[in-house]
Amino acid sequence: MTLFEPFQFEFFRNGFMVATLAGAICGLVGVYVVLRSMSYIGHGLSHSIFGGAAASAVLGVNFYLGAGMWGLLSALMIGRVARRGKIGADAAIGVITTASFALGLALSNVFGQARRSIEAVLFGSILGVTSLEVLAVACVGLLAVAIIWAFYRKLLFATFDPEVADVTGVNVGRMEALLMLMLAVTILFTMKIVGVLLISALLVTPAVIARMVTDSFARMLVIAPLVGAACGAVGMVISYHADISSGASIILLAAFVFIVVYTVTGARGRGNAGGMIH
Amino acid sequence: MTRLIELDGISHSYGGPTVLEHVHLTIDEGSFLGVIGPSGSGKTTLLRLVLGNLRPTEGVVRRRADLRIAYVPQVETVNWNFPITVSEVVLMAAAAKWYRPRATESERKRVAELLEQLGLGGFEHRHIRELSGGQQQRVFLARALHRDPELLVLDEPTSGVDVRTRHEVVHLLTDLHRNGTSVVLSTHDINGLAAHLPLIACVNRELIAVGTPAEVLTSSVLERTYGAPMEVLEHGGMLLVTDSPMGIE
Repeated sequence: MTLFEPFQFEFFRNGFMVATLAGAICGLVGVYVVLRSMSYIGHGLSHSIFGGAAASAVLGVNFYLGAGMWGLLSALMIGRVARRGKIGADAAIGVITTASFALGLALSNVFGQARRSIEAVLFGSILGVTSLEVLAVACVGLLAVAIIWAFYRKLLFATFDPEVADVTGVNVGRMEALLMLMLAVTILFTMKIVGVLLISALLVTPAVIARMVTDSFARMLVIAPLVGAACGAVGMVISYHADISSGASIILLAAFVFIVVYTVTGARGRGNAGGMIH
Repeated sequence: MTRLIELDGISHSYGGPTVLEHVHLTIDEGSFLGVIGPSGSGKTTLLRLVLGNLRPTEGVVRRRADLRIAYVPQVETVNWNFPITVSEVVLMAAAAKWYRPRATESERKRVAELLEQLGLGGFEHRHIRELSGGQQQRVFLARALHRDPELLVLDEPTSGVDVRTRHEVVHLLTDLHRNGTSVVLSTHDINGLAAHLPLIACVNRELIAVGTPAEVLTSSVLERTYGAPMEVLEHGGMLLVTDSPMGIE
């Protein structure tokens, strides 16, 4: 068995491309996620979307339509509950997204025939990735790059200092909504490969690795997608040869890279990533 | 004298107890106002209402149309570990207008001029973490001045800085005020900052008093503001506020 053997299969080529793109997109969006301390929102949204994915599988509705609408609804509900100020955003995320996740589990228990596809959503699978899905993920990547290019300074200001950004004429609420939308779309289109339970790690790990090796925000936006893409690509090959789920191999590889960079960069790297690593 | 901002019967609460109640305050062109009061008295809420970050739960805030306001936050609230350089911080001031990620030549020139003016020439590419407390304060002042503001609002500009930095900040603000910028700031530092300002507002949930230092730095006003006895001494023509030793043996 050679290293490139799996590339003779179309399903693997598609999965490989989606995993590489997914790693790059998660790395790019992840820079904002970690610098805004939004990791928990990424984690919560992916769990929430699982409820929509399960409901879509049971009802026979298109996965992206059902799970996407569900995710958007959850994000809006989180925002609404948090804005009322009675409970914090973290508590709102905890209640709404875990309830959605529980609903997904309940649906999978009642409708056993949907279990296989639900397991694929939970842990990631390279099977059944179509050329259309590769194209869709590529479009999501282009959209994320276009949004970040067009709103680079506003997003940077709203991320670094939202209160002053607001006074200076940046519509911080709109920038936050844009970030949430990018996050939800990224999770939606990449969760099939990486899996709901593991996607938050792909959002966070490449960005933290990038932060450990650079003190520049602009360079972080280049390094994190490269690390994410490399983990996605190599992780897919490992997944095939080691016969383990694609999500697990990608995330384990990212964690390995993190440990290496954490060790090599020493105190400086840990200092740079201070506040991100608890 | 043109009126820049008027707070008319403002009350505010964050969903719980009222933080500010029935505040009437005007900020005119050329003002140099210090807001003092104990922790939790509503100073920062008052500034946020002036800035327009908050909407009052009661009352009206009237701002002159097209008023250019700039804000310098407390340096203690800044994430110093954020991966950003001095010039990137200053360039944020133009974020609302610019769509290009990279700064243009004229923008870079403007940033260099501002930093030079504030004694930070050559610091453009330094990470903000590498600066001293006074330099960090000046970077945020440079970002505010990039907007060429008519009204500059500062939250605790001398909080957590040493005596030398405090002097630098006071001199800078005095120069700005002399050059026509109206200034409103909040401070805990009565002797080091507030006593040197032409106008002081004492706040503790309500507006206790507004006036010159001679008018408001009195034992009775300060006791109403801080809820504890305080003494006011005069030294070399300046007023000095001290805790009253009452009850301590």
